[in-house]
Amino acid sequence: MTFSINVNGTEHNVDVDGGTPLLWVLRDVLGMTGTKYGCGIAQCGACTVHIDGNPVRSCLLPVGAIGNRAVTTIEGISATGAGAKVQKAWLDHEVIQCGYCQSGQIMAAAALLAKNPHPDDDDINAAMAGNICRCGTYVRIREAIKSAAGDGVRRAS
Amino acid sequence: MTSTRVALSRRVVLQNGLASGLVLAFQWPLHAAPVNEPEQPPDQPDGQFAPNAFIRIDNAGKTTLVIPQAEMGQGVYTAIAMILAEELDADFAQIVIKHAPASDRLYANPLFGIQVTGNSNSIRSFWDKLREAGAAARAMLIAAAAAQWQVDAASCSASNGKVAHDVSNRTLTFGELADAAGKLPVPDKPKLKDPKDFTLIGKPLKRHDTPDKSDGKTIYGIDAMVPDMKFATLAQCPVLGGKVKHVDDSAAKKLPGVRQVVVLDNLVAVVGDHMWAAWQGLDALKVTWDEGPNAKINSADIWNDLRAASKKDGVVAKSEGDIDKGLTQGERFDADYELPFLAHACLEPQNCTVRLTPGACEIWTGTQVQSRCQEYAAKAAGLPNDKVTVYNHYIGGGFGRRLEPDMVESAVRIAKEVPTPIKVVWTREEDMQHDVYRPAYRDTISASLSNGKIVAWKYRVTGSSVMARWIPPAFKNGIDPDAVDSAVDMPYDIPNKHIEYVRVEPPAVTTGFWRGVGPNNNVFAVESFMDELARKANMDPVAFRLGMLDGTPRLKAALKLVAEKSGWGSLLPGRVGRGVCAQPSFGSFIATVVEAEVDDVGGVHLLRVTCAVDTGIAVNPDTIVAQLQGGLIFGLTAALWGEVTIEKGRVQQSNFNNYRMLRIDETPPIDVHVIKSAERPGGIGETGATAGPPALRNAIYAATGVPLRRLPIDRAAIAVKKA
Repeated sequence: MTFSINVNGTEHNVDVDGGTPLLWVLRDVLGMTGTKYGCGIAQCGACTVHIDGNPVRSCLLPVGAIGNRAVTTIEGISATGAGAKVQKAWLDHEVIQCGYCQSGQIMAAAALLAKNPHPDDDDINAAMAGNICRCGTYVRIREAIKSAAGDGVRRAS
Repeated sequence: MTSTRVALSRRVVLQNGLASGLVLAFQWPLHAAPVNEPEQPPDQPDGQFAPNAFIRIDNAGKTTLVIPQAEMGQGVYTAIAMILAEELDADFAQIVIKHAPASDRLYANPLFGIQVTGNSNSIRSFWDKLREAGAAARAMLIAAAAAQWQVDAASCSASNGKVAHDVSNRTLTFGELADAAGKLPVPDKPKLKDPKDFTLIGKPLKRHDTPDKSDGKTIYGIDAMVPDMKFATLAQCPVLGGKVKHVDDSAAKKLPGVRQVVVLDNLVAVVGDHMWAAWQGLDALKVTWDEGPNAKINSADIWNDLRAASKKDGVVAKSEGDIDKGLTQGERFDADYELPFLAHACLEPQNCTVRLTPGACEIWTGTQVQSRCQEYAAKAAGLPNDKVTVYNHYIGGGFGRRLEPDMVESAVRIAKEVPTPIKVVWTREEDMQHDVYRPAYRDTISASLSNGKIVAWKYRVTGSSVMARWIPPAFKNGIDPDAVDSAVDMPYDIPNKHIEYVRVEPPAVTTGFWRGVGPNNNVFAVESFMDELARKANMDPVAFRLGMLDGTPRLKAALKLVAEKSGWGSLLPGRVGRGVCAQPSFGSFIATVVEAEVDDVGGVHLLRVTCAVDTGIAVNPDTIVAQLQGGLIFGLTAALWGEVTIEKGRVQQSNFNNYRMLRIDETPPIDVHVIKSAERPGGIGETGATAGPPALRNAIYAATGVPLRRLPIDRAAIAVKKA
């Protein structure tokens, strides 16, 4: 069956079963590999995208359930104000190690800041606890979110 | 990086367009092309000036650095580039970085003799070689300029990609000199810089790989896209070591998008139009397995074997003084420690993309062992090694899992049955249940104490030998050097020491290297027992250690610093404790303090971690800090929850819901203090993983008085009330 989905402002027609999770449509059908597979059961957050601005685990979201809602992925997040700020802060704080989880981390953080421009530690915990980083970059993720919000201490390096 | 990637992608598109005809299944976007496509063999480099395997400079001055080691997050691409560029005097902003192809001849790790990224030794083992490579190239560029100007080379200098003759105020760029330099002999013993003249090394530099990782552009092995490719996923027998008996694929083949079912002796795979179709197909297969001899193995049996073996005498790895006499002097104490099997759980599941054409095989994956992948792929494909091209990628977590070529071998065997190129991606469940596991260990220690000092120390490690399987020549005279690492070289001044190893291989379970490797086990046992002995001696754990560290002054200094920075000794509330770990592992000297609270039901809350490290010359100090922060979290995760258990030959853990990871809301502030040092660089990637567990265990000991002897932490043992 053919579905029309809007990803980062572009319409795509995809011919797949409606139950196919968005993750695999993005990665394997559209070739947008920035969104990652980590667990397939919404435990790790590596596959996080935005649906109408809300963070969603694409590994469990059937493509047939999206309808005309806007999908934003890591490839398009720099076009949003919060996304660009988060990406810059991530580099300023040198958050990233292997980087595999970071698409999901950045998408989760961008969604947080779009709704809550000055999150406190509890807000950050609530928004980010669903995203696993196996390299252990959490200390810098917290610093970077505060910095992106203009609330942190900037790093010298 | 960006410019390389764009240029490579363009070439890939051109080549693929020619090779694959006009009709593609999908329109691959530019960025989805493989990041490192077929390129010139390493002995025919594309640069005009290629003095060695690592450096290529073309006429336009583009300086390409080929990095022998794999980048899995540890920052090695940036650090190695810094070392090369430092001695070369390249313009660091202009360099481009390439993954090395498979070649032991050109890119072998000097320590192992084959291409390996592991054991925290990229910088340690390549330090001299890379400096010499950069310095030789610089000397040749300077010689070329001096010849052109007809001046003495000693009157010329290099900086930022140019050679200058200050007296005559002339300069030439590396690009302008590339042709002439390429005709000169490579000097044998080029003059290296005095470290005080370093301009890059020692500065916190921004990493090369992170901008592309922040916007989804980086291509990992799992992201490889080859024209006309299909997608596959596989299942091996849930009982470790079992085989396929019978497969009913009638339901699977009816599913939309399922293209083919492949049945091999030890696995089944389904090929589909995308991963989801393949996965649905796999779930629909009715597989009857021949479970084989392991179907009755349980964790309890493995532990019984290990405990029984640990009572035997082992092979002596080191003996100093008179251990029997020493143990009778002073008061004697004994303890046993146990560590469980662990899975790697790299966030990027195992994967490999294969294209077989007549007489050739191409492999797209992320690996810590490029040449070994080439060898295994060649064997599986029935081709000579040189007909297999390995395109390495950025790695979404290695931690030792990608020191194995099993995912490559199985992908090639599946690909032989499939008419198109395929990408094989393991599900998380398959990844976790068919890992190679960190060995389970039991450590038996006896020590005698007199006047606040240890007189004798008898230590026996019992466990699987990873080295004996992975690099058999390194397993000599019954000793696995990894299994006794940080035990034979423990840092404390003890007159009578005796270290033994008992090798016992578990049934069913294949063991492998895991971040922190052998020291993971030994630092835990040594540092846990040190705390117990300090208490027996009625001494503060830091003071007790300091009294026996005169022979290891760098560790002594790190321990003093961490005590100061952590507020060691200041009052804490009830059931809050500080624990310390001191370790001289991987050529680095690290002291760590964990502060943790234990609640009434045995819940453990991490409050603060402080770490002081002397790693010698810190090539990129910010990377040192990041590696320790991350490594500590890796180790603390294992201490808090990590355990793989076996029931009826099956691994019980399957995904992150039952194999827990530390999350951001459980992560404390982690402060790392890097001690300035002029010593040779040490290793760093493994060290945090070894430091976290004993420091946490000792914090719990301080908070509760309970001497835990086993990981993961037993909540019931430290609870006041029943949960």
